[in-house]
Amino acid sequence: MNALVAFPILLPFVLIIVLLIFRTVRIAGYIALAGTFLLLMLSFVLFWMVRQQGVVVLQMGGWEAPFGITLVVDYLSALMLVVAAVILLSLAVYAPRFLPGEISITRFFQLFFALAMGLNGAFITGDVFNLFVWFEVMLMSSFVLITMGRTKDQLEGGIKYLALNLVGSMFFLAGAGLLYAKTGTLNMAHLAIILRDDCQAITMNTTAILFFMAFGIKAALFPLYFWLPASYHTPNIVISSLFAGLLTKVGVYAFIRFFTLFFVQDPRFWHPLLLIIAGLTMVAGGMAAAAHYETRRILSYHIISQIGYMIMGLGIFTPLAIAGSVFFTLHNMIAKTNTFLVSGMINKARGTFELKEVGGLFRQSPLMAVLFIIPAFALAGVPPLSGFFAKFILIKAGIENGNFVITSVAVITSMLTLYSMIKIWNEAFMKVQPANEYASRSFRKPSFGEYFPSLFLGGISLLMGVFAVYLFDYTLEAANQLLNPDLYIETVWKGGTGK
Amino acid sequence: MEIVLAIVVGALYTAGVYMMLRRSIVKFIIGVILLSNATNLLVFLSSGLVPGRPAFSGAAGSSSAPAADPLPQALVLTAIVIGLGIVVFALALKYKFFEMTGTDDLDQLQKTDKR
Repeated sequence: MNALVAFPILLPFVLIIVLLIFRTVRIAGYIALAGTFLLLMLSFVLFWMVRQQGVVVLQMGGWEAPFGITLVVDYLSALMLVVAAVILLSLAVYAPRFLPGEISITRFFQLFFALAMGLNGAFITGDVFNLFVWFEVMLMSSFVLITMGRTKDQLEGGIKYLALNLVGSMFFLAGAGLLYAKTGTLNMAHLAIILRDDCQAITMNTTAILFFMAFGIKAALFPLYFWLPASYHTPNIVISSLFAGLLTKVGVYAFIRFFTLFFVQDPRFWHPLLLIIAGLTMVAGGMAAAAHYETRRILSYHIISQIGYMIMGLGIFTPLAIAGSVFFTLHNMIAKTNTFLVSGMINKARGTFELKEVGGLFRQSPLMAVLFIIPAFALAGVPPLSGFFAKFILIKAGIENGNFVITSVAVITSMLTLYSMIKIWNEAFMKVQPANEYASRSFRKPSFGEYFPSLFLGGISLLMGVFAVYLFDYTLEAANQLLNPDLYIETVWKGGTGK
Repeated sequence: MEIVLAIVVGALYTAGVYMMLRRSIVKFIIGVILLSNATNLLVFLSSGLVPGRPAFSGAAGSSSAPAADPLPQALVLTAIVIGLGIVVFALALKYKFFEMTGTDDLDQLQKTDKR
């Protein structure tokens, strides 16, 4: 039964091979749909197993814990897997309808599943070097995806994206080398045993800072985010939405994993640093989003601003705050992808992403307006949608722990978020369409297949808000597992040889 | 021997960062190659050097002398392969970009950052 842990990696791999054999465009769409649906079911099964057992472990190749590669699924991994699979499923419906003709759908889905494989691998691995490998799998497929249309902008954005992310990978690898030199292991549970009661905190900080840089570049934290707004608006909207929901969140996941499991020796240095960086990330991203008038650029800067909230919870470091971080990450993945999907629909209706050039969409398609307002209000934090509870938990944790500065920054940044969302709403939906070349385009109502993914994700945002208490219980459980990793360590160390 | 290799790692990092800060894309890629080799050497050094001993030895009685640690060697092999793939992709990207724009100057890459 524990062998199922490896399947979120194996299934996308099999699908890549299947897509290499069956190249017909029509079949590729159905294979992708069936594959992502299977992936979602599999993630639910894993989540159910985690509810039964607490932590599910698979030792690859039957090698005992510190020697082989361990795959571990705990509450955090399981929740991330489920939400990632939801996004992949909605994009599998969305992609064939929004990809331009010059991008082959079969090739897109091959790389899509390569990305999914790297993503799932990063979520379930219990080994530092293995995490590096999955990061690289994800990076390589994203490099190809971002330059797929081969326009000048995409190549330029691709170079910028590649440059900073490569530097990040080097930091990661150097960090792994130093970590091995100091501890003699790269297994996360083993590292936790060695480092959690380590007295020489200062010597570990030099290693931890390398990981901080690597994940900071990945997650687009304040001084390191410049690759993101330079590249995320260049590729096709399908690829942008794929990246927006998933890529930076892997960096956040790695942050939460590393800085709760074994880099916990020197909280008096790390937690203020994380809080300062989180505050700056929120404000810088929010202000830049307020200054732009192109949908994808607004949303790209907005991704950065929201990463700040996730790191804020990690900096406060109480069970409630970590639960808030996890809740916020899950909510953000869904809502953020959804806003990108809707901006793709706006683009399809009008032929441009420039907000100054479009307008009057509310009268032409009230449905599209509703589809936009759900994720936009969810991101801004309007009850009863998911974002309200995510922010509420974080702010409550901040006040309870006495972190008043970061809490007020978070509240003010909420206003900035609301401002940029209202800007899109006013410009694209409420304003009268300006008389320009885009006005004469005949408007075609989006077909069911086109708006279904957005409806699906919007419904999940709503459900996450209405039934927030259940999700909160799971995230709190995840936070407790992260802060008291005895079960994690014990399961990896002793049992879990795959019964 | 370790001290010499440590200095080599430092020199490679210096040269790599210097090349990365140049304006040409090709020099940037050379910088990436130097940095990735420096990092590989760093990982290789992480368990210390055990000269003249294999990673695994079949002879049962020879356990008194320390065997070389096989793990960093395995890690470095993986990292070299990944690094090679990335450098090849970067070169292909650079070639495509040069074909389209005819420029190798990083200062010309401002379009996606401006409004």
